[in-house]
Amino acid sequence: MLELRDVSKVYSPGSVNENCLFRHFSLSIPDSQFVSVVGSNGSGKTSMLNMLCGSIPVDEGQILMGSQDITKIKDFKRYRNIGRVYQNPAMGTCGSMTILENMSMADNKGKSFGITPGVNKRRIDEYRELLQKLGLGLEDKLHTPVGALSGGQRQAMALLMSTMTSIEFLILDEHTAALDPKTAELIMKLTDRLVREKHLTTLMVTHNLRYALEYGDRIIMLHEGHIVLDKAGEEKANLALDEILALFNQISIECGN
Amino acid sequence: MGIIIGIFEEGMIYAILALGVLITYRILDFPDLTVDSSFPLGAAVSAILTVNGMNPLLTLPIAALAGAVSGLVTGLIHVKCHVRDLLSGIITMTGLYSINLRIAGRANLPFFNMETLFDNGFTTSFPTFLQPYSKMIVVLIVLLLVKLLLDLFMKTKAGFLLRAVGDNQTVVTTLAKDSGLIKIEGLVIANALVALAGAVMAQKNRVFDISMGTGAIVFGLAAVIIGMNLFKNISFIKGTTAAIVGSIIYKACVAAALSMGLVPQDLKLITAVLFLLILVLGGVHKKKVKFRA
Repeated sequence: MLELRDVSKVYSPGSVNENCLFRHFSLSIPDSQFVSVVGSNGSGKTSMLNMLCGSIPVDEGQILMGSQDITKIKDFKRYRNIGRVYQNPAMGTCGSMTILENMSMADNKGKSFGITPGVNKRRIDEYRELLQKLGLGLEDKLHTPVGALSGGQRQAMALLMSTMTSIEFLILDEHTAALDPKTAELIMKLTDRLVREKHLTTLMVTHNLRYALEYGDRIIMLHEGHIVLDKAGEEKANLALDEILALFNQISIECGN
Repeated sequence: MGIIIGIFEEGMIYAILALGVLITYRILDFPDLTVDSSFPLGAAVSAILTVNGMNPLLTLPIAALAGAVSGLVTGLIHVKCHVRDLLSGIITMTGLYSINLRIAGRANLPFFNMETLFDNGFTTSFPTFLQPYSKMIVVLIVLLLVKLLLDLFMKTKAGFLLRAVGDNQTVVTTLAKDSGLIKIEGLVIANALVALAGAVMAQKNRVFDISMGTGAIVFGLAAVIIGMNLFKNISFIKGTTAAIVGSIIYKACVAAALSMGLVPQDLKLITAVLFLLILVLGGVHKKKVKFRA
């Protein structure tokens, strides 16, 4: 379970630009649920992810992971149980290192990084198999620096790397937004497969309303730090794209967009 | 002939320093000015221990250890006190100046009549025809050892993390590792190498001098940048090899400038102007040279 309990977050407190984004905000995500989050710019989607992962601190309230209070725990420690993929495909991989080196690092997450060989040769076949499933031909480019790959290839690798070890939570921050429609589709299918295979509790922020409806068990719409729509299961399945779009437009007009 | 041997001797000693700068500048993307003081720190430690009768060879690891501590200080200032990279190095560099004086006891500490790393039972046992090259051979052994160990380290899991932290800190964080600690680790290794270079230099010149570190960082950067530009299209040449070749070339350029009528007082000016030329000609200034203060 992943939970934000009564969280408040104020940006630039005490200045003219003081902006209270979240006021006593609560959200609870049960185990293995795949949640899509939509909302206009500035609605707090990415801030919510950053608070969960510890990239930004909260001013009030608690963050719970499983039954543990992680509010005061540093970001890098939280990532022991969290995988994260960013909008920018370059964020999830090391461009100057080869595919094999990147995969080896990801494979070693949660273990110690000591003075032992960085690449475990016995695992190479397994990496090849994982890469082959992507269908991008990466399995034949193990010694190519990741920086030489296309955005889509890098994002596929980032997704694969973030879910290689046994994590419980997956955080996707508009991870298809920077890709062309065809590649985005491919990455979404891959995401869905990995989430189901590994029973990951997933939070996916997206601007693509269709993806939000098509994938996942639950949809949430955020607006100025509030949840304005929250549908799961049957209710979500019966939701039409038009309805969401109508609500989304209504919100946007309020903002003057 | 003597000039060429001199170029190789000093070029290879500075190459050890360049390997340290390779870690901070190239891998960590950290402009580490600690180097200007950790180089004489190694020299001071090695000199004072030699004067007090310690085996010169044994002074090297101790000098490296002292350098490691100076890197640790810069790292802690940067990571734990959140001081900018450039300023962290400047703070340590400035403070170390006094510490170096205290370690050596004075600004200039010669040890002309002592056994040194280059003048001992081992080097005098070389056959006569190798005698002119004895210093070069000793430096070469130290340099190759350092290069080999560094190359091996870069292929370990710890080495992967070090490369990753300079490339993309986010990846390291999502791997549940503290990127700050890894930066500190890089600074520790880098300054250990720089101090080792300083110790070897003191052993060769039989003197510690407080001013010997001035411009050390420029030399290291120039060596790394020359090497990188020279071999940028040849992928199988390792960064360490490139830095070593760069260091020898840079030393040769400085020597050439001196032989064209400039006097030793002009040395630092030559060093600086040559560095500028390399930056401009190599086009490095256009890329991310993170020298913002």
